[in-house]
Amino acid sequence: MKLKLSIIAGIAAAFATTAALADITIGVSIAYTGPQASLGVHYKNAFDLMPKTIAGEPVRFIILDNAGDATNAAKNGRKLVSEDKVDVILGSNGVPQTLALAQIAAETRTPMLSLSPVSVPADQIHWVFIVPQPTELMMDAVAKDIKKHNIRTVAYIGFSDGWGDLVLKATESHAASAGYKIVASERYGRTDTSVTGQALKILASNPDAVVVGGSGTAGALPQIALRERGYKGPIYHNHGTVNAEFIKVGGKNVEGAIAPTGPVVVADALPAGYATKALGEDFMKRYEAKFNLGKNAFAAYSYDAVLLVDAAAQVAVKKAKPGTPEFRAALRDALENVKNVVGTHAVYTMTPANHNGMDERARVLVEVKDGQWRLMK
Amino acid sequence: MSIDIALWLLQDGITSGAIYALLALALLLVFAVTRIIFVPQGEFISYAALSLALLEAGRVPGTVYVLVIGGLVAATFDAVIAIREKSYGRLPRILAAYVVLPVAMAAIAWWAAPLKLGLALQVLIVLGLVVPLGPILYRVAYQPLASASVLVLFIVSMAAHYTLSGLGLVFFGSEGLRSAPISEAQFKFGVLNISAQSLWVVFASLAIMGALWLLFDRTIYGKALRATAINRVGARLVGIPTDLSGSLSFTLAAFIGAVSGILISPITTIYYDTGFLIGLKGFVGAILGGMGSYPLAALGALCLGLLESFSSFWASMFKEVIVFTLIIPVLVWRSLTSTHHVEDEEE
Repeated sequence: MKLKLSIIAGIAAAFATTAALADITIGVSIAYTGPQASLGVHYKNAFDLMPKTIAGEPVRFIILDNAGDATNAAKNGRKLVSEDKVDVILGSNGVPQTLALAQIAAETRTPMLSLSPVSVPADQIHWVFIVPQPTELMMDAVAKDIKKHNIRTVAYIGFSDGWGDLVLKATESHAASAGYKIVASERYGRTDTSVTGQALKILASNPDAVVVGGSGTAGALPQIALRERGYKGPIYHNHGTVNAEFIKVGGKNVEGAIAPTGPVVVADALPAGYATKALGEDFMKRYEAKFNLGKNAFAAYSYDAVLLVDAAAQVAVKKAKPGTPEFRAALRDALENVKNVVGTHAVYTMTPANHNGMDERARVLVEVKDGQWRLMK
Repeated sequence: MSIDIALWLLQDGITSGAIYALLALALLLVFAVTRIIFVPQGEFISYAALSLALLEAGRVPGTVYVLVIGGLVAATFDAVIAIREKSYGRLPRILAAYVVLPVAMAAIAWWAAPLKLGLALQVLIVLGLVVPLGPILYRVAYQPLASASVLVLFIVSMAAHYTLSGLGLVFFGSEGLRSAPISEAQFKFGVLNISAQSLWVVFASLAIMGALWLLFDRTIYGKALRATAINRVGARLVGIPTDLSGSLSFTLAAFIGAVSGILISPITTIYYDTGFLIGLKGFVGAILGGMGSYPLAALGALCLGLLESFSSFWASMFKEVIVFTLIIPVLVWRSLTSTHHVEDEEE
């Protein structure tokens, strides 16, 4: 009997110590293998540069791979919540996987930071915060530049998929305020071998500028076709295009291509006093020193997500212990109320109505000059 | 639509139509000889195009691993059979075809990659890397099942397609590549600016078609292939080995796929999965031509290229829909007009 009691006491003591040393656990699901790996690897690498403590508590990262598959992402999410008892979920670099995770986050009442710009259903958004810039915000930079140059007619060519729709919608949403009209709207496939037909149609509509809704290297195809057919006007892209491969594939035909992106990509060129310059420059320097993979926007989203968790956790640890449902609820409430949290991409100020919390400082325009993405002056 | 736009579209359509025609011929050849619907045809396009782009960049293409490992697997298959049948005399030939040749090609690619040799040599290396994959694929995936039904062979084709495109993703990555054009020259022709590259595509396609015709008409191997295509049982009775004709048709298909890949890689950005869609369009072209006659298949593929080009002008959103929906009326028309002939399934 005595022995039994001492065992129970021992077990109780063991539990007590774990509770006292409650780590903050951050669960991550990203695609660092599979078709989306080229971006996912950056998201994952960023976790090597994360702080060891958050809000004074030791932090534990559990990083799972979903290989770009929504079912895997959902499995990851379930495992993180039920087995690892994570305090917050981060993920993923693709839209379908992120939506799968958001559903689990809302269902299990776990706060989540989305690492891709998604529009989450209204009944789930309560628990979900979105780190990257929404497409509207990015394309707003393009619209402002179009307005500045007194451009009246714009032709659009984009992917014949969800991304193409999203960029078109964002471009249309700014048309009235920037005073331009969309005179042609063409579509192409990522693996198409030719966009000659679409390019000719665009040329026939004689637009002052063209907006391309592609991404990565596939964004170069319409620009090459248009330039080869002698189109001289400005060609705007979107933030999905800003990588080194785009320039490698496009060569001199993509010289002068303009695209919006997060300021972190050109942090060193930002004017002194820019809110995110110091942090962005520091992060990029450390990232490049460690991985030497070139500048990109993606690793910094993971970093900003953790910065947001850090800011919110400082409030939440005063209310509850990490690892408990109370802490998760407190963390969510705190995330919704973060004010002026400086990240590498933006200065975040969340409200119940705005779970992204970015403003115009969260994007800059870059253009291809001498085979490099440079900040547009 | 003005006349110069029509001319542009015509040029664009003929360029892609020429590639589709080549692929349609390869698909038809493989189908006639082996009854295999050759879905992985497209992978040869991607492999060749990406290998060329990587060689140009001075890097060793991942194709070398696929080739060497595939060769080893094929050699093991054959060696086990040879040893079981105690015919050791076959071993040197097996080693030469499936081990020595792939390893030698891989070594050449390894040695040549950093040297950035001229385009012609790089093209030869790419052909050397990709073409042997054809017979290796036949040996590993199809030969053990050569007498299975068309459906089983088709399922194997799907598996081979997914395997090869998965390996492509591993070795080439998910971003696309583009290689430098064979020639940057442009010819002014009325309102048209015809690029030397598209002329290369058309002339190379015509040359390959001519060479195929000579092969089938003049050489013993070509005649053996034709005999197998016309009557498999008869061909076997007169002593044409089925395995040889299968292997030979796959070599030709791989060669045609590789050449197509090399031809289009400067025109567009190629991804690890681009080839599949191009191959599929070649297949649609072959169906338009009735899946029986080579000239009709080539013509069907050419029409498909033109249709694609014009529909991308008129209704770019529905381009693929238009291109692939075209199969339905053709199939309906064919099933109404052709008298039902019994497949050699029930032999």
